[in-house]
Amino acid sequence: MEKVSTITSRSLVMSSTNIDTDQIIPARFLTTTTREGLGKALFADWRYDAEGQPRPDFLLNTPEAVGRTVLVAGRNFGCGSSREHAPWALVDFGFRAVISTEIADIFRSNALKNGLVPVIVDEDTHAWLIAHPGAEVTVDVERCVLSLPGNREVSFPLESFARYCLLNGVDELGFLLSRMPAIEEYERRGAK
Amino acid sequence: MPARTLFEKVWASHEVVAETADTPAILYIDLHLTHEVTSPQAFTVLRERGLPVRRTDRTLATLDHSTPTDRAQLFGEVPIRLESARHQVEALERNAAAFGVELLGLKSDRRGIVHIIGPELGVTQPGKTIVCGDSHTSTHGAFGALAFGIGTTEVGHVMATQCLLQRKPKTLAVEVDGRLAPGVGAKDLILAIIGRLGVSGGTGHVIEYRGSAIEALSMEERMTVCNMSIEAGARAGMVAPDQTTFDYLQGRPRAPQGDAWEAALENWRALPSEPGASFDRVMQMDASEVLPMITWGTNPGMVVPVTGTIPASGDAVFQKSLQYMGFEPGQSMAGKPVDVVFVGSCTNARLSDLREVARVLRGRRVDKSVRMLVVPGSQQVKREAEAEGLHQVFLDAGAEWRESGCSMCLGMNGDTVASGRYSVSTSNRNFEGRQGTGARTMLASPLTAAASAVTGRITDPRELLA
Repeated sequence: MEKVSTITSRSLVMSSTNIDTDQIIPARFLTTTTREGLGKALFADWRYDAEGQPRPDFLLNTPEAVGRTVLVAGRNFGCGSSREHAPWALVDFGFRAVISTEIADIFRSNALKNGLVPVIVDEDTHAWLIAHPGAEVTVDVERCVLSLPGNREVSFPLESFARYCLLNGVDELGFLLSRMPAIEEYERRGAK
Repeated sequence: MPARTLFEKVWASHEVVAETADTPAILYIDLHLTHEVTSPQAFTVLRERGLPVRRTDRTLATLDHSTPTDRAQLFGEVPIRLESARHQVEALERNAAAFGVELLGLKSDRRGIVHIIGPELGVTQPGKTIVCGDSHTSTHGAFGALAFGIGTTEVGHVMATQCLLQRKPKTLAVEVDGRLAPGVGAKDLILAIIGRLGVSGGTGHVIEYRGSAIEALSMEERMTVCNMSIEAGARAGMVAPDQTTFDYLQGRPRAPQGDAWEAALENWRALPSEPGASFDRVMQMDASEVLPMITWGTNPGMVVPVTGTIPASGDAVFQKSLQYMGFEPGQSMAGKPVDVVFVGSCTNARLSDLREVARVLRGRRVDKSVRMLVVPGSQQVKREAEAEGLHQVFLDAGAEWRESGCSMCLGMNGDTVASGRYSVSTSNRNFEGRQGTGARTMLASPLTAAASAVTGRITDPRELLA
């Protein structure tokens, strides 16, 4: 995994609550056997019409979406299916951080394993971000701080191990493999 | 030692290394279930790193999500039409063979939806940790297992190490007393619970369903309840194992036998939460107040009694949801026209569900405006249903009777609902496009689905059961 320390971008805002992973990437795109190239399927049913043409009014199809890496989303982003194709699609499209008041458990776990930083903020900060699409923000993983225009800073919770993995580009599998003696010892004690 | 909950006991006994401020716990996984959709990229990682599947004896694979439900394609008389699905099926066949993983494949008489075959085989057992790259893994918690869905990266972790890095979740007790009324089932109960909790009310928590109403449920009903824990945001739902659990498991092909059974029973009887054990949160419900439920919107928390009305007003998401569904605020749900009825999925495709459907359909016909699909949860459910003649009831009524799989729950295999059409579905998600682009899904119980199929309109099943 690539190291992630700071992410600076103008924000894209999708204020809907409970955006589920079926919206992020519909099931018909899950028959792939690789993880690459899913960005084109990101939000496919919202992004394209029945003929497969981009809907010009959908956020990701607008000129301002180009190059933006921070998504501000409504509460409970990423709920539903455990498909890791959701963060794969978001990252492939270019996103590096998602900001919300609440992010679903499995999605958050999957996001962290792909260098997509889940940023949980308080209601007031969130309301401000929703009301100011395009605001330039910086996600500082080292300090667990989100910087907003006007030198405002708000801290966000990030589990210490997840932070360590992001900053050092460590993937969890390597860590688990390094603990194999403890795993073998557990099995010798008699796993249930 | 303070009184402990069921969850705490299962968690503690699977800690290879306990969590610290700096690192999550290393949690041992007893059983890893896997399927064709969320495993290919994990096998790729193993290949890249030269790693084996470390414990093939704790790994079981099947094909369910993208598999055809028509006989000719399933059994290879004709090729699987959907090319990408065919490739995915073939990829798991290749990977399972290469890594020595047992695969209940297309022609296996034990194949079925992963969350239906685990219990059926008896590999799902109390006190186990069970994971699968599928959010409805929560189903297995009905046995007092700690079972939760994981992403594909974690699928790879379990394959390579039989462990996961996990922070200990919080606990939520959902206490349900009273008795469910006739015509009201486990599906109605869990929809009512989600309606109360909301779709993120369980985030960060493991739910323990408890109380006299839960104790009175059969194993199949408990599975329906635990299955939809994730729809309230909880990764896992659990029910304390009891005699109902033991009776279900005894004699199953892969349940412990003989002395091992007696030893297992002793362990399992020690699992339930102790009196005085505390939960981080508690929610109480009275089962006798639950009515047949149906969803009106685009997440499972948007739910009312079948006899109820859509809320009169709401926020922008409410408006968008109603626009998608083609409904107006304040409308009654009963009487709305139905185009498709789907009986199936890991929520409601077990034998007892099919019996409920047959109860309504026997001697009746599916309305001519409705396409009804009955998809058993496993090949075993299919055989058992046919042995009872249930399939004949469905066929006589004009419904389609298919081979097992996830099918129209998520439409990956081509079983889809057309854009703009209304589906009453016994599955678990009414998200936009879940059953096909533009499909409009209303979640309900098998009884309500069957009653609505007969009338062609959303119908309170109690009207047909009288």
